[in-house]
Amino acid sequence: MNTPSLSHVFITVLKRDLTLAYRRRQDLVNPMIFFVIVVSLFPLGVSPEKSFLQEAGAGVVWVAALLATLLSLDSLFRSDYEDGSLEQLILTPQPLFLIVLAKILSHWLVTGVPLLILSPVLGVMMHLEFETIKVLMLTLLLGTPVLSLIGAIGAALTVGLKSGGVLISLLILPLYIPILIFGTGTVQAATNLLPIDGYIALMGAILALSLTLSPIAAAAALRISLSN
Amino acid sequence: MWTFFHKLGSPKWFYEISGKWLPWLAVLSAILLVAGSVWALAFAPADYQQGNSFRIIYIHVPAAFLAQSCFIMMAISGAIGLIWKMKIADVFVKAAAPIGASFTFLALLTGAIWGKPTWGTWWIWDARLTSMLILLFLYFGVMALQSAIEDATTAAKASAILALVGMVNIPIIKYSVEWWNTLHQPATFTLTEKPAMPAEMWVPLLVMVIGYYCFFTTVLFLRARNEILERERRTNWVKKLVSKEAA
Repeated sequence: MNTPSLSHVFITVLKRDLTLAYRRRQDLVNPMIFFVIVVSLFPLGVSPEKSFLQEAGAGVVWVAALLATLLSLDSLFRSDYEDGSLEQLILTPQPLFLIVLAKILSHWLVTGVPLLILSPVLGVMMHLEFETIKVLMLTLLLGTPVLSLIGAIGAALTVGLKSGGVLISLLILPLYIPILIFGTGTVQAATNLLPIDGYIALMGAILALSLTLSPIAAAAALRISLSN
Repeated sequence: MWTFFHKLGSPKWFYEISGKWLPWLAVLSAILLVAGSVWALAFAPADYQQGNSFRIIYIHVPAAFLAQSCFIMMAISGAIGLIWKMKIADVFVKAAAPIGASFTFLALLTGAIWGKPTWGTWWIWDARLTSMLILLFLYFGVMALQSAIEDATTAAKASAILALVGMVNIPIIKYSVEWWNTLHQPATFTLTEKPAMPAEMWVPLLVMVIGYYCFFTTVLFLRARNEILERERRTNWVKKLVSKEAA
């Protein structure tokens, strides 16, 4: 029996997850609505002043994107765990981290990318300058994959537990802090007309690090979660 | 040397040997902590700028040391547990998390108490303070994961992974917050340089640091022994031990 190639497995898992996501469209839309609502709470709850919004806008959008990703993380492995297909994926002869990476990529495509597309609209609502919005989108482009990648570790650790949702936040939020600091730091530097290359390079470095390490950690965590 | 390492794989062996060490460690840490505190609080000279309020560093600095050392120890024993499937390592991961969280909390609390007269504020979003706060959250994460998973082996492995991921993240967190905002002074002690304060001030601090480490080891052993008894309750040696003590 010939085994399918690695790229074939990767694409198959990716297609399957995207198809599944497309068939449950409401689950896709919910994090986006949540994202918009959270951002709109700040002008209502704190201050609608233009000066405040301009200063806090990027941070608010970042925090909202982080929370929206967090909300969607629980479903990353959960439905596969419940119908047993996760066990089948673990039993495949192909390396598990590759399959996990495909699932993370599909998660980013269905949650990270929509957040990225929505962010300029929210940027305009927060009275951000056009240049600032461009930088904000760039940081989200580098940052949202990191959110999905690190989040996958938390989702994998908690997949077998009943009360996964709150626990994921507790495990993952502290690990999200660096990317949040660099993401908002970049936008602030750009607002103050400072060079942002260094920040962008650091975010790229974090992305590279989490891209290489977190699928392995998440795969190990999945094996542990499913071992009992 | 390797026989020592292999013997560590046996909970019974560890239980016996740690039982022998425990009284010595407890006495040593009591002597060091009492002597260090008396020396630090009563005899060390007052700081020329901060007066007596600086004395809190004798509690604060060792606690901050331990907070970080404990996480490193937890991550290393997590790695050992994952690689060599050593039961003792699993026990240590579980035993270390609450102790580390307590030390982190103590460091934050004493820092806040010291900050009020010196900086004029209880809390400030400074790099050190923020990264210690995040360290506390990481400890809470490990503890929450431990208690959420019922099976002891699975819980130990899962929290080992979390500790290792946290370990990778700690330098990143440290530098990210350091570049972000800073007020806290640089490290009080480094291994390579002579301390900037006079010997009458730093020797008691050194005594306190060593005392804290001894105290940490004592508490860690106590918790680990407790955990071993609970995990090994179905084995013969624990049954014998318990029935002997009951008789």
